[in-house]
Amino acid sequence: MDMRIEEHPILGVQEKGKLVKFTYDGKEYEGCEGEPIAAALKACGIMIHRYTKKEHRPRGIFCAIGRCTDCVMVVDGVPNVRTCVTPLKEGMEIKTQYGVSDKPFSEQ
Amino acid sequence: MKRYDLIIVGAGPSGLSAAIEAAKRGLKVVVFDENEKPGGQLFKQIHKFFGSKEHKAKIRGFVIGEQLLEEADSLGVEVVLNATVIGLYQDKEIVVKIGEAINHYKGDTVIIATGAAENMVTFEGWTLPGVIGAGAAQTMMNLHGVKPGQKILMLGSGNVGLVVSFQLLQCGCEVVALVDAAPKVGGYGVHAAKVARTGVPFYLSHTIVKAEGEDCVKGVTIAEVDEHFKFIPGTEKHFDVDTICLAVGLSPMSQLLKMAGCEMEDNPKRGGQVPICDEYGRTSIPGIYVAGDVSGIEEASSAMIEGRMAGIAASEYIGYIDKDEMDAELVKLDAALDGLRQGMFAPANRGKTITETEEGIPISTNLLKKGFVADDEIERYPGVTHKKGIHPVIECTQNIPCNPCQDACPKKCISIGANITSLPTVVENETCINCGMCVASCSGQAIFLVDEDCGDGTATVTLPYEFLPLPEVGTKGDGLGRDGKRVCDAEVVNVKSMKAFDKTNLLTIRVPKEYAMKARFFKAY
Repeated sequence: MDMRIEEHPILGVQEKGKLVKFTYDGKEYEGCEGEPIAAALKACGIMIHRYTKKEHRPRGIFCAIGRCTDCVMVVDGVPNVRTCVTPLKEGMEIKTQYGVSDKPFSEQ
Repeated sequence: MKRYDLIIVGAGPSGLSAAIEAAKRGLKVVVFDENEKPGGQLFKQIHKFFGSKEHKAKIRGFVIGEQLLEEADSLGVEVVLNATVIGLYQDKEIVVKIGEAINHYKGDTVIIATGAAENMVTFEGWTLPGVIGAGAAQTMMNLHGVKPGQKILMLGSGNVGLVVSFQLLQCGCEVVALVDAAPKVGGYGVHAAKVARTGVPFYLSHTIVKAEGEDCVKGVTIAEVDEHFKFIPGTEKHFDVDTICLAVGLSPMSQLLKMAGCEMEDNPKRGGQVPICDEYGRTSIPGIYVAGDVSGIEEASSAMIEGRMAGIAASEYIGYIDKDEMDAELVKLDAALDGLRQGMFAPANRGKTITETEEGIPISTNLLKKGFVADDEIERYPGVTHKKGIHPVIECTQNIPCNPCQDACPKKCISIGANITSLPTVVENETCINCGMCVASCSGQAIFLVDEDCGDGTATVTLPYEFLPLPEVGTKGDGLGRDGKRVCDAEVVNVKSMKAFDKTNLLTIRVPKEYAMKARFFKAY
């Protein structure tokens, strides 16, 4: 997890929630409880959150404050969840969103 | 429907400041904020603020946020989080989405302090994952402790672009270039200089041609632009990056005001669609006020004062204080706000080209084009003097409203005078005791303590250092010039970290004496 800042020169060691497991497209990962899902994915090196409905173009984090909706994914079966402002919980099932579905376009 | 004396939308610097002033005067106040945590953008601001004591200068933004929250809390201000205000209707009726529920409230007065949203620019590939807002980068690294990327290109040389570039370096990212289509650096020269001296190259009159990569950013191509912002063929430059940060300005989030029927205007000087309001935030609808970036883009220090003004004006509007008391308070705040709106970067000077300081000294052209003051330019500024023994060298070259350095020196070696934007000068007959307080207190990291001749052919330079790992005494490395390029060998001879320095460490490096006025940063081998 080398994307995580272990110690910061100004902020020191940031307090984070306990490590919890979640799945991303069925594969198991770990993140800190309570941090935004997007932060947990970023720390795991995951860049693509969804593919657009019409042109099937990839999208990821853009504003990180819940405004642009570029980072939405299917979380626990619910599509269009803004991952940058939704806290990570133990056992969450996070899936890449294709249009508004978690099924790849070829299966839709 | 629940009723409040004052409903504030937005728990950022201006909203909280407004709440504090109103609650102090007895109003029942609620603040709604759509975020999970209060404080707006303050908790992402890890640099020391500019200004004077009354503007909370030299205090880091997140500490100011903590202070505001504590004060609001002690006054009984109710802050409701995860609460998105989705409507502002006739007679100050407010509709708020809290969780999945829609709630109605009524305020006798309303202050809209919703702040601003980041702008973006489009180029080929701009929708790729890895192209992010500079604010997003700040959120990821300073709130959530996750690096936004490893190799990053920053577009935008305003204060946001400069400050965030520095913060990216602080958390261990590599900033490969700082790019701006404008021909000159938009933000404070001192912010640019502290980025440039670490070795980040500046490309002014350049912008992004395209972001490269199939599924996410793998690289970026920039090119020079002419005076009409058209690409000049043959000037393309490629960088391998995984992240592109956009710091291309902010737009007020004024939709609620428009919805309420406030008179609006399109004012590019204030950042876009803004309500028409007086200097205390009164809109065209009596009892509805605005404060902070929503009424025109500035920064957190002025937002806090605007918030306090609106809070006081609202208190008077519903009769908690009389007009005389309000006027007396507003006069004081007027003066404080006026202090912040002085100097080269004052709102009144936006878009103007300034060629000389207030003292009549030519502005450094290198600073505007490359981000650093050139060796042959630095000597003309009043803070740069020569003396036997250790003395401060103040590389502050633009008139900005900031004066902590003159209070920091216990020996009164540094003087700014009554005019807060004046360039600091070194007082001739006072003796520096090498305490380092000036170095640590300069929000622009522009002060160095220099002993130009230690008597053995070497000189020492003490510089502010806010990076990890902190080099130990004896560490050898490169002395870097203001341009971030190696000028000489350097060895760390002292490292000072004190509580009073507030996380700004003081690194003293020994260099050959001919580099005393050139070496301004240290990079270990």
